[in-house]
Amino acid sequence: MFHLILFLFFGAICVAGAVNLLVQSHPINSALSLIAVMASLAAEYLLLGAEFVAAVQVIVYAGAIMVLFVITIMLLNAGKEERSKGSRVAILLGVPGVLIGAVLVAWTLLQRSNMQAAVPIGALPGDPADIARLLFHNFLLPFEVTSVLILIAIMGAVVLASRPEAVARGARKDEG
Amino acid sequence: MVPLSYYLLLSGILFVCGVLGFLIKRNIITIFMSIELMLNGVNLSFVAFAAHWHALSGQVFVFFVMVVAAAEAAVGLAIIIAVYRTRETLNVDQVNLLKL
Amino acid sequence: MTPNPYLWLVPILPLAGAAVNGFFGRRSSKKAITAVALIFCGAAFFMALVIASGFSSASAPYYFNLAHWLRSGSFQVDFSFYLDQLSLVMLLVVTGVGFLIHIYSVGYMWEDDGYYRFMSYMNLFMFFMLTLVLAKNYLVMFIGWEGVGLASYLLIGYWFTKDSAAAAGKKAFIVNRIGDFGFLMALFLMIKHFGSLDFTHVFSAVQSLPTETAGTGLLTAIGLLLMVGAAGKSAQIPLYVWLPDAMEGPTPVSALIHAATMVTAGVYMVARSSAIFERSPMAMMVVAIIGALTALFAATIGIAQTDIKKVLAYSTISQLGYMFMACGVGAFSAGIFHLMTHAFFKGLLFLAAGSVIHGIGGEQDMRKMGGLRQYMPWTFLTMTIATFAIAGFPPFAGFFSKDEILWKAYSSEYGSWVFWLIGVITAFITSFYMFRLWFLTFFGDYRGTAAQGDAHGHDDHSHGHGHGGPHESPWVMLGPLVVLAFLSLIGGWIGIGGRFEHFLAPVFQSGSAAELAHETAGEAAGTGTETLLMLISVSAAFLGLFLAWTLYFRRPQLPARIAASLGGLYQAVAHKYYIDELYNVLFVKPLIDGSTEILWHGVDQNVIDATVDNSASAAREVSDTVRHMQSGNLRSYAGWVAAGGAVVIAYMIWMGVWVR
Repeated sequence: MFHLILFLFFGAICVAGAVNLLVQSHPINSALSLIAVMASLAAEYLLLGAEFVAAVQVIVYAGAIMVLFVITIMLLNAGKEERSKGSRVAILLGVPGVLIGAVLVAWTLLQRSNMQAAVPIGALPGDPADIARLLFHNFLLPFEVTSVLILIAIMGAVVLASRPEAVARGARKDEG
Repeated sequence: MVPLSYYLLLSGILFVCGVLGFLIKRNIITIFMSIELMLNGVNLSFVAFAAHWHALSGQVFVFFVMVVAAAEAAVGLAIIIAVYRTRETLNVDQVNLLKL
Repeated sequence: MTPNPYLWLVPILPLAGAAVNGFFGRRSSKKAITAVALIFCGAAFFMALVIASGFSSASAPYYFNLAHWLRSGSFQVDFSFYLDQLSLVMLLVVTGVGFLIHIYSVGYMWEDDGYYRFMSYMNLFMFFMLTLVLAKNYLVMFIGWEGVGLASYLLIGYWFTKDSAAAAGKKAFIVNRIGDFGFLMALFLMIKHFGSLDFTHVFSAVQSLPTETAGTGLLTAIGLLLMVGAAGKSAQIPLYVWLPDAMEGPTPVSALIHAATMVTAGVYMVARSSAIFERSPMAMMVVAIIGALTALFAATIGIAQTDIKKVLAYSTISQLGYMFMACGVGAFSAGIFHLMTHAFFKGLLFLAAGSVIHGIGGEQDMRKMGGLRQYMPWTFLTMTIATFAIAGFPPFAGFFSKDEILWKAYSSEYGSWVFWLIGVITAFITSFYMFRLWFLTFFGDYRGTAAQGDAHGHDDHSHGHGHGGPHESPWVMLGPLVVLAFLSLIGGWIGIGGRFEHFLAPVFQSGSAAELAHETAGEAAGTGTETLLMLISVSAAFLGLFLAWTLYFRRPQLPARIAASLGGLYQAVAHKYYIDELYNVLFVKPLIDGSTEILWHGVDQNVIDATVDNSASAAREVSDTVRHMQSGNLRSYAGWVAAGGAVVIAYMIWMGVWVR
């Protein structure tokens, strides 16, 4: 019972934040509501017993990625969205398509009776030690690959975001 | 006791909101944030299934998803900055030179 | 049958000459080209003489298998050569007259730029004609048949830059092709019913079949179809229209191909197939009727022609009619006899006409000739001999052969007095128009201009002699004239006493035992009749000479008045009875129009081109419509993805529900 109330509470915050993201016209408002969504999602993870994941969600997602977003919004001085001629296809085809797909999936989900099995609160404790064991034993290769991926992402971001002369000057400096 | 399907429904709602944001919004950064919203919805579904089937690898996968989302956000924002430098706009409808 | 290993050399030698001149002639000197052409052609003639000297009727016929060709089940055809008395006669005529004409053309065509081409084509023609004559089966004969048609096309259209020459070449080839269709049908029938095209097989198979007196049947069909082919090649009604146009070619070509050899191929083929014809009285009748009608018809046209070569062309058609009439009444050896003498005097007539044309700067219209006998004595002498020969005056060659035909037309079991009468009337007309030609060309006053002597003639036949007025031709051209004149004089004597017929008898003896009996009976009974008929035909010749002398020597203004008074009739004859125009309207124009409208516009443009064009433009239309998807707009792409995703989800759910 308590579980359900908590779930509904945090769930409501999630949905409200998501809808607000859609509704707001200024990107900074959308960013802040996204942070709210992520925070409540972390609470949901805790309800499911995934402590480590919840912590990582707050630290990485809400703390790093969203900060990055907010920095970029402020860097580029993004203002309110103007009305511009959008794409008719997106509105006419895409929105109904998504909604129909969602309805279909929901309907299928609700039909499967064995999906009604309950998940108790704190069902699976996400012990960091256990996760670490999995990560460095079973999933070692993906782990290493993702570290390479991050390295590449860093280099890519640096190159993409730098000014063109800076790159050229760096190349000349290497030669000279 | 919360039925699994409730978690999945919530995840689905978040995902659909993400897609709708992608389709409706005009600011590139907001579109990017909708992508993050989609990824979050998917993460929730992973964790819910991990709890249902008592498989810890679901949570490990969430970990990887977050790593990839971080890398993608970094590179994507760098691209947005580069585009802003040349096109002076953040309106995605005006970045449409790649057409026939 | 005895083998003879030299048989295949005779056709191959001219082929080698044609190849050498054809490939290397362009950069060779005229002397080298001449040497090559004459050596190879002369070598063929020499081989023919060697074979003839070694020929004995006891060991005839000779054969030689050169190589395998077709094997298809039980049907087989090889490259085989065959020599019997008939082929020997043809062989000697073709090589001998051919060689003489080659020598003549050295002089006639010397100034021409394409000299090597001419010599190459002439040798090529010799190769095909000899293949035709020496073939052992109908298919090898057909190779020669088609080949001489090709050579004829190449040589008629030799001055191909002239539109009329090119058109004449085309006309000859196409009309020949129509005849060839009949020939092919006959070959197919033979293959189907006899299983072979070899002469010995076919003729022995034919022996066992009954005579088709009913007028229908396999052999009648084969005979009639073979006659269609012969009518095309030998210019009989209704396929003669190409021969007058073929006069566009150089005169040696007209002499060799359209007088002496190629056009006689049809007669040879009919004579060779005598076994088939003798079993089908209906086919024989048709052959005789066509021959007789053509003889008369062409002779009447010859009266009114003004071009010297056209007169000779119609004369050729007419004389060929005589040969077919002879074959049609069963006198095959008489037909071949006339073929031989005709080769001599008609070849001579054409060569002499060429000498005349050469001597007056390219003019061919007889109205502009006259009085040439003092300028060209040798040409005059030889042409006189030829004219007397063709008119049938004794003791020249034409008298013997023509008389033989007329007698057989009257007395043979297939002949009748009607054929004889047509033959005598035609002989009269022949004599008339030949002497008309003789008087117009050589007597009276010269009606041409003096400048014609060194004028550049038409037909691209430039002279550049620089002489004034008409002149005699060089000895390289006169030599063959003299030889042929000699042959026209004595060539008929071989037929005295039936020696020629006796020589050819082994070839035509199939089933003609009854014929021979009838003949000897007829001869014994009618020697008196024969002499009477001979006197009648000789007097017809004299009558023609007298009439020509009156109209064209004594009173030269009379012909014009007669022509004017005859009005429309004369016009019809002068315009060849408008047959060419009729064919044009009936066949040529509908074919061309139909081809233009249906095949070109209808099929080629509207179906084939349209399909390609329309598929291309359809592709362009479709892509033009679809390209709007690539708008560059990110949100529309996302919209498409979302819609597609919904479709995929729906499909998966549907499949999952269904499978469950």
